Amino acid sequence: MRSEKAFRNILKISAVITTLLVILIFITLVLHSVPAIKKTGLSFILNKTWDPVQDEFGALPFIIGTLLTSVIALVICIPFSISISLILGEYFKSGIISGVIKGLVELLAGIPSIVYGFWGLFVLVPVIRNIQSEMDVIPYGVGILTSSLILAVMILPYSASIGCEVIRMVPGDLKEAASSLGANKFEVITNIVIPYSKSGIIAGIFLALGRALGETMAVTMVIGNSNFIPKNIFSPGNTMASVIANEFTEATGAVYLSALVEIGLVLFIITAIINYFGKKVIQHFEIKK
Amino acid sequence: MKKLILMFLLGILIFPLISTAGSLELVGAGATFPYPLYSKMFDEYNKEFGTKVNYQAIGSGGGIRQLQEMTVDFGATDAFMSDEEVKTKDGNEIIHIPMCLGAVVITYRLPGNPKIKLDGETIALIFLGKIVNWNDERIQKQNPDIKLPEKNIIVVHRSDGSGTTFIFSDYLSKVNSVWKEKVGTGKSLNWPVGLGAKGNSGVAGIIQQTPYSIGYVELIYAENNGMPVAEIKNKSGNYIMPSIKSVSASANVKLPEHSRVSLTDTDAEDGYPLSSFTWIIVYKEQKCLNKSEAKAKELVKLLKWMVSDGQKFAEPLKYAPLSEEALKIAENLIGSMTYSGKKI
Repeated sequence: MRSEKAFRNILKISAVITTLLVILIFITLVLHSVPAIKKTGLSFILNKTWDPVQDEFGALPFIIGTLLTSVIALVICIPFSISISLILGEYFKSGIISGVIKGLVELLAGIPSIVYGFWGLFVLVPVIRNIQSEMDVIPYGVGILTSSLILAVMILPYSASIGCEVIRMVPGDLKEAASSLGANKFEVITNIVIPYSKSGIIAGIFLALGRALGETMAVTMVIGNSNFIPKNIFSPGNTMASVIANEFTEATGAVYLSALVEIGLVLFIITAIINYFGKKVIQHFEIKK
Repeated sequence: MKKLILMFLLGILIFPLISTAGSLELVGAGATFPYPLYSKMFDEYNKEFGTKVNYQAIGSGGGIRQLQEMTVDFGATDAFMSDEEVKTKDGNEIIHIPMCLGAVVITYRLPGNPKIKLDGETIALIFLGKIVNWNDERIQKQNPDIKLPEKNIIVVHRSDGSGTTFIFSDYLSKVNSVWKEKVGTGKSLNWPVGLGAKGNSGVAGIIQQTPYSIGYVELIYAENNGMPVAEIKNKSGNYIMPSIKSVSASANVKLPEHSRVSLTDTDAEDGYPLSSFTWIIVYKEQKCLNKSEAKAKELVKLLKWMVSDGQKFAEPLKYAPLSEEALKIAENLIGSMTYSGKKI
């Protein structure tokens, strides 16, 4: 009995510490943002000029840059991630092919983001630049689209592996019942498998989105780091995480430093809001039993 | 088993206490630009005198912060502090001792790698987005021997806060009033045009693979990577190629006693106009925060060595050593350091 009590206490303590940690991080961010909040107020998220020389801090271009790259990355990623989930969950449930595909997809998650950055800079950027020269836009190579493509590859394993697990959990008797009614493989997938595992697939996508929002290193290397609201998907831009990474080490001046922390706070809040809506969407699609 | 783990943990806790107890160690932090030179100097100093110097290249801003928090014996910075910033609340003062010179060069990628010449005004207009084409007559006029292409200029700048950007923008503020008003001087700027890249390596990487681009990096970085650099017109009207000699020459002017001076747009006739000192910063009164007199003495000894014997390590690493004028001022500044009011 003693061991059970001890076990329960360990669990409780871990849970409390984890929750406390999140709350404390939030409080730290708020406290350190106070000088910037006092100086800029609401204009922090509405102003589009970021000028450390004049102490003018508006984070709108970064907020837009973050949301834009993440959402485009998600749009690119979704068809691939669902296809991989279906291949692994329905067509090759086990065996060599399944092992190879699953292993490689999971390996994508293990590659350090700086390596993605280098790959992007030396492989993807020249390709995009060539396309841009053909299209008669200024051939920067780096920009919103390039970062979105890199992000799409980076977040793919998260949504794909969760998608695959939930598709494998679809009860066999449901699928067999559908087949015995004359449905072919395609009809089974569209009418049984996807509706049944929808909430799980969406949960995976939201997890991937959270990852895309906070990605720093790889994005910094290929986004072009220009503090303007992007005009189109080829424009260079900037994200919240990459501004912090770029400017934090040399930020002198209390308000400047505090403004960078406030960007962190805004990113924290945006991530929290997206997670909340993610939960709502998942609940909405959950199979009612 | 339990005893073994306990012993191990105890060992980990005690080990650092033992290792730092004996010898005197100086700790510094700051600028990344002079890091290769400093680490060479400190290594040689350790071999010669047995004093260990631990230097962390965390950036100029970090160096200043760490010195103000008194967690280090000395800081290092590429951008000098203002008259108000150097005074502390308790009447102490932060002094800047010049250690060597660095320079910022304009590098570019054009077909055929021609050598180009630019004046400050033209550079400012390019980075303001006012000159957008390579064959703009304001560039072409200075380079009559080269046929410049009719292509958009792709401007590349640093995205991270950096002393390099500070020197570059300080120069442009001096030579162009629009730049001064619209952009100003700083380590991070509100850039009117262009792509940002992280670090010298990031800027160099983008320039090397983007045709028709232009940007700025540290001289050492461009030299080590064989990148083309532009000759820049100085105040006396001469186009100067950046080199160790022309950078050192930029400090051959009348310098103020405190050495906190910007050398950009120098008056020196053969001086390269985008040069700057890099400084080590220390407290003038060394008796602060339980610092022992022995440690203060050790610090002074190290600094004296760096501006005398230590200077010979600069050139092989492609840093410009201090000019005679600057050496005198550096020695005076070190001489002014005190411990509880007395000269050290």
